[in-house]
Amino acid sequence: MLTRIRRFLFGDSAHAFGSLSVVLLLCLAVTPAKDHFREWRQFQRKYLSLIRTRGDAATLQRRYQGGVQQIWIPELGVVDRCGTCHVAMKEASLRDVATEPFRPHPPIPHTLTEFGCAICHRGQGAATSVQEAHRSSLAWEQPILPARYLESGCGQCHWNSLTGTPQLNLGRKMLARYGCVSCHTIKAPGQGRMQTSNPAPPLTHIAEKTSREWIFAWLKDPQSYAITATMPNFQLSDADARDISAFLVSQSTPVPGARTPETARAARADATADPQAGASLYGESFCASCHATVNAAGMIVGGNVGPELTRVGSKVRPEWLIDWLRGPKGYDPHTLMPRYRFDLKQLDLLAGFLEAKTDSDFLSKVNLSPASAAEISHGQTLVRERGCASCHEINGISKPDNFAPELTLIGSQSLAKILFAEGVEHTLPDYLQAKISRPHSFGKATKMPQFNFPPSQVDALVTALLAQTERAQSLPAELLVPGRRLSDYRPAGKAGQLMADMNCFSCHAINGRGGDMAPDLTWEGSAVQSKWLVGFLKNPNTLRPTLIRRMPRFNMTDAEAGTLADYILTVYQTPAFDADALDGSAFGAADVERGRQLFYSKYACQSCHIVDSKNDKGYIGPTLTQVGARMTPAWIFGWLKNPQALRPGTVEPNWNMSDEDARALTAFLMKQNRRVAGK
Amino acid sequence: MRLSFAVLAILLGLMQGCGHEAKSPQASAAKAFGTAIVEVGGSKQAAGIGTALDQPVVVQVNDAQGSAVANALVQVRVSGGGGSTPESGLTGPDGQFTANITLGGSAGNYAVVASTNNAAGKPIELRLDEVALGYQETLGKQLNDVYCARCHDPESTPERVSNHDNLAAQAHAFTEGGVLNAMSDADLTAITAHGGPALSRSPEMPPYGFVLSKSEVAALVAYIRAIADPPYRSKGAVYAKN
Repeated sequence: MLTRIRRFLFGDSAHAFGSLSVVLLLCLAVTPAKDHFREWRQFQRKYLSLIRTRGDAATLQRRYQGGVQQIWIPELGVVDRCGTCHVAMKEASLRDVATEPFRPHPPIPHTLTEFGCAICHRGQGAATSVQEAHRSSLAWEQPILPARYLESGCGQCHWNSLTGTPQLNLGRKMLARYGCVSCHTIKAPGQGRMQTSNPAPPLTHIAEKTSREWIFAWLKDPQSYAITATMPNFQLSDADARDISAFLVSQSTPVPGARTPETARAARADATADPQAGASLYGESFCASCHATVNAAGMIVGGNVGPELTRVGSKVRPEWLIDWLRGPKGYDPHTLMPRYRFDLKQLDLLAGFLEAKTDSDFLSKVNLSPASAAEISHGQTLVRERGCASCHEINGISKPDNFAPELTLIGSQSLAKILFAEGVEHTLPDYLQAKISRPHSFGKATKMPQFNFPPSQVDALVTALLAQTERAQSLPAELLVPGRRLSDYRPAGKAGQLMADMNCFSCHAINGRGGDMAPDLTWEGSAVQSKWLVGFLKNPNTLRPTLIRRMPRFNMTDAEAGTLADYILTVYQTPAFDADALDGSAFGAADVERGRQLFYSKYACQSCHIVDSKNDKGYIGPTLTQVGARMTPAWIFGWLKNPQALRPGTVEPNWNMSDEDARALTAFLMKQNRRVAGK
Repeated sequence: MRLSFAVLAILLGLMQGCGHEAKSPQASAAKAFGTAIVEVGGSKQAAGIGTALDQPVVVQVNDAQGSAVANALVQVRVSGGGGSTPESGLTGPDGQFTANITLGGSAGNYAVVASTNNAAGKPIELRLDEVALGYQETLGKQLNDVYCARCHDPESTPERVSNHDNLAAQAHAFTEGGVLNAMSDADLTAITAHGGPALSRSPEMPPYGFVLSKSEVAALVAYIRAIADPPYRSKGAVYAKN
């Protein structure tokens, strides 16, 4: 049998030639056949059969391009062939298709060919097989990025706060807010190191403020004292917490110039007459704008600028508290807390109210014997090892440089350089997730403390860190959108001293520096009238009825209010118009009446503002019953013409109003200066 | 064979945020059976693509008398590449079962189907709808929170008091699909950009066309469409199933 086949194939030279040719042809056919059966060709064939049955088949067919599709952007290092299989990325009419790779790309602010795909989605752009393009391999470490971190792609160019990327913005805010950047160096391209937005309190005079027992309990578990505490849990042993507390107390020095509040006690006798007086003063001073407390219903109420005060009576020493309320900058020159200029009776009332906020359980189990020298020196070693001075100012210990690994390029970290904990999937996002949510699974020796972030916040942090890529650092400068540059603007002179003393910048921003709790005052001098401003500074009334954070009363003297008002009115002027350009008294009755019509009919201003407190109900915008005594006509006119030009981001829409309408409305509003009844 | 592997790989590649590659092995046996499954909470939430919902989905198994059944087996499935942790389990003493839901990688509606078997072994299902927001819808949501929610969201919180009831014309909540689905994209764009009078409606709706860009208005419309209840179906041509 075999011999017969051999004879048939190679019996003579002609047969041998024939059969070898067939073998050769078969060999040559391998390559085209392999090409024909490539994955991407199968997808393209599937796509063609998918669109054949659709209503717009002809259009889709005409726009379809077969073969390998490539986006090549040499200056960005982009070679992306994703469009080879994802053939319908630009076909919006296919949005009802549920199967990949045939879904159209959802709308984004960039065209698909502008940056390619892998810059945002990661994966191996040049690959043309599903496995190679999407999964990691030994040769390619970056698999497709899970959808929940996609905003990190935007963050490589956009270092400002984009409206469409809330997760990325939150992550970046948290890096600065929770002290991550105090230990880790994180740089944005061309902007230098990220700075903390919430400096930790100095510990140089800590023994004046609180007891060693409190420090011990706090070190053991900061969240058991205040659920909102910023400080993470360092998972210290009892002995370590004992030694650190001993060292912190031993390094503490007295506050220079602290006064013993001998006189304050004298006022306590009549202060106790009204048990609610302390609570009302706390409310009137709007302490809750910055400080949170847990109310009877167990809800956290109040701001997060200052520390939570639910158990403050178990923490601070009464003498310190009075001294602090009298002048916070004596203890901490960089505090955001304003000096309220309380009189002795008020000081005592407020201190008494706060001291009563105790929790008998918190310190009940703490029992420390006096510290020995060995404990203190061990405490000092621990403070150095744990990097406490990265965040806190401590006597005798300087802020360590590069205490923790730099994270500027963490988003493109090579997996080979990462030590994965057990049970963590070998991808960068999973590593970051695990490192943030359970650092101690990476070994007992890890110095990273335990934070208590909910999953959504951990996602946000990972997103922000994934934006820290090598590519982000090497992108052409014209592609980078820089973040807001922090200004170190400081007003000069007497007014400048007053503003520093009352910490106006904790809430208000001026010339690019300051907080965002209260209105930006950069152009306030063009907006308001002098008499109103002086009165407001002396006794701030409520402009917006629904706001729970309001300007507190700082108990200013007439002279102080006058100095501040003069400075604001002279210096903080907009260059856009002259504040005295419009004369409020020049408007006629006809203008006013036309303004009234426009206010109530054409522009329906009453839906957001109250002019007539009996009939109008809207309360989004400020109440306007006395706006004629408050604002300048030029500002009202300018505001009506283009509110966003005067206050970017304000809710009031730009109506594209004609000059006549704006003038008539200004006339009507300037007539609104009714005195409050009884005053 | 190769094709099925390819499809599997795509699914894994694109939806790996959900992290459910294997069926949970410890499917415990039901010790009790109910006759109905009802929602306690967690439906109609909106979250970014691939992210976990803020609130867990909680369902309750009841018997014919309407009282809670403990130890009934509940299974939770999520459509379109979403996931649930855990995927199945027994109801607690209060008859309730809680699952944390992760959405899939593409924007749109996701169905969370909780099911339990009755004593006869017949499955009883409860379908809850959730929404995944893509880039455009997320941008729309952010703009909504700044510009629209004060009047269009009737719910008041201490931080943000609603102005809804102060208006003469009632502003529609954006979830009111029954009303808003009937408006075309062009109408929604016009009333957002040019105010109520553009559609002969109340001037209390101001024009935002000089504040928001065209793409921002489009993002708002996309958000309104995304959270509509009942869900919005675009009125394009009807195509054959793919």
